[in-house]
Amino acid sequence: MLIDLFQKTRENSHRIKPQKPQNDGLTCKKCGVELSPAKYGKNLYVCPNCGAHARLLAKTRIRQIADKDSFSELFGSLQTLDPLGFEGYPEKIAVLREKTGMNDAVLTGTCRIDGIESCIGVMDSHFMMASMGSVVGEKLTRLFEYAAEQRLPVILFTCSGGARMQEGMFSLLQMAKVSGAVAKYSEAGGLYITVLTDPTTGGVTASFAMLGDIILAEPEATVGFAGRRVIEGTIGEKLPDSFQSSEFVLEHGFCDAIVPRSRMKQTLSSLLSLHGYTAKRGG
Amino acid sequence: MDQKTLARQIEIIHDAKRPNIDDLVKEIFTDFIELHGDRFYGDDHAICGGIARFNGTPVTVIGQRKGHTTKENIDANFGMAHPEGYRKALRLAKQAEKFHRPVICFVDTAGAFCGVGAEERGQGEAIARNLYEFMGLRIPVISVITGEGGSGGALGIAVANEVFMMQNAMYSVISPRGCASILWKDAARELDAAQALQITADDLLRFGMIEGIIKEGKTQMSYYKNMKTALTASLKRLEDMSGEALQQQRYDKFRKIGVFMENIPE
Repeated sequence: MLIDLFQKTRENSHRIKPQKPQNDGLTCKKCGVELSPAKYGKNLYVCPNCGAHARLLAKTRIRQIADKDSFSELFGSLQTLDPLGFEGYPEKIAVLREKTGMNDAVLTGTCRIDGIESCIGVMDSHFMMASMGSVVGEKLTRLFEYAAEQRLPVILFTCSGGARMQEGMFSLLQMAKVSGAVAKYSEAGGLYITVLTDPTTGGVTASFAMLGDIILAEPEATVGFAGRRVIEGTIGEKLPDSFQSSEFVLEHGFCDAIVPRSRMKQTLSSLLSLHGYTAKRGG
Repeated sequence: MDQKTLARQIEIIHDAKRPNIDDLVKEIFTDFIELHGDRFYGDDHAICGGIARFNGTPVTVIGQRKGHTTKENIDANFGMAHPEGYRKALRLAKQAEKFHRPVICFVDTAGAFCGVGAEERGQGEAIARNLYEFMGLRIPVISVITGEGGSGGALGIAVANEVFMMQNAMYSVISPRGCASILWKDAARELDAAQALQITADDLLRFGMIEGIIKEGKTQMSYYKNMKTALTASLKRLEDMSGEALQQQRYDKFRKIGVFMENIPE
């Protein structure tokens, strides 16, 4: 499974360093160049030197994509109930709620993109590596149901370490639940666009991330099913950096296009418009 | 469940002599004809599929294949399917839908295979597609977890109207060993993890995730007999339902799964 990803969010809270928003660091995680926080933010947290796209907080992502003040949150009050009574899980959730200001790993709602009304869901890797438990599954399912009812398009920014093992089978079966909701929504004729961001893996890849009518990806994101270390363990050799990258996924035919952050909003609004979704007058 | 019983169950479901898909098609079906290939890439020996008669009625059978010998296991990749295995399963399920026969799936896998080829050919997409398409099938679909129900690799053929578990089977989001090594960096705490994850048939029945537990009895004959009885009853419950009703029942079954709270006053 996704050992390498989960390990970064291990239980010991003094080690939850990666939970700190990575985009307010002063150096690029990839090339190490020094960054000025103000300029970095203006550059959408893309390194001006090497082009690395840093992981974003969900609210930062929404600020980059949605028209100003157009985001309205839906289903924000949902919280996990620790269905298995799993050792240390409620404490971990409490710490992360405090740190991130989110109840769980996905932010869902509606917004306008260049005036076009849309449903949007953004997963946040700072919350237990955006693993999918009951809350993530339920919020996304409701988002598709709401979008079908309101005849709105759905845009999901995916990232995830996979299933949330602290919720056991409740977590696994969310894959089927959300995929079912996507199927119903799709049958009703709605447009579903996925944007794969770093890292999209495991049960999220093996369900709604791969079910978009159109699948976009950010450059150099990790996208795959199995954890790299698991595969390296199986074959007994190191895999190249390019393995399970967006570029690898594009090359093998599993995404439509790689879109840099600077062109993401414009690409999404064009796609919405090409499918007949239009800006509301005065919107 | 106590650790001694769990350990015993883990031993039982890994026993090389435990009935596998090839035994099942011989013992509880007749006239089985195996159908090969996904029509895109190849034939995955880790998934066996075909058409057979069950109580005289044509059905499509799909299941992960584990061998009784090392040689058979190597040929079947120990029941761990590649994308082409999931795509073969989907092809056969869609074929069943066209010809109005029920689909019966037997799940026994440690998980979908983790390898370079599997990633190149879209393991994630293949499983995702099965979840999506199985949800909409207009025919009865029954899945039985016979041994290991390993995560997404199991779920890829377990989006069904009715799901059963054999008495000793286990169905989990992650192998107890994997869970232990991630959480406690100690794979040896497998049994602690198995307990914490709650993955036995009793657990899943209590969670409302499966329709029933099939007793295994003392002999293989009783194993087959009980499975046949359970499948006969299940098919009877589903046979008169319309395509739409079957879709809706399957959707509702998965739609209700999840434990959360909302609108908590601060």
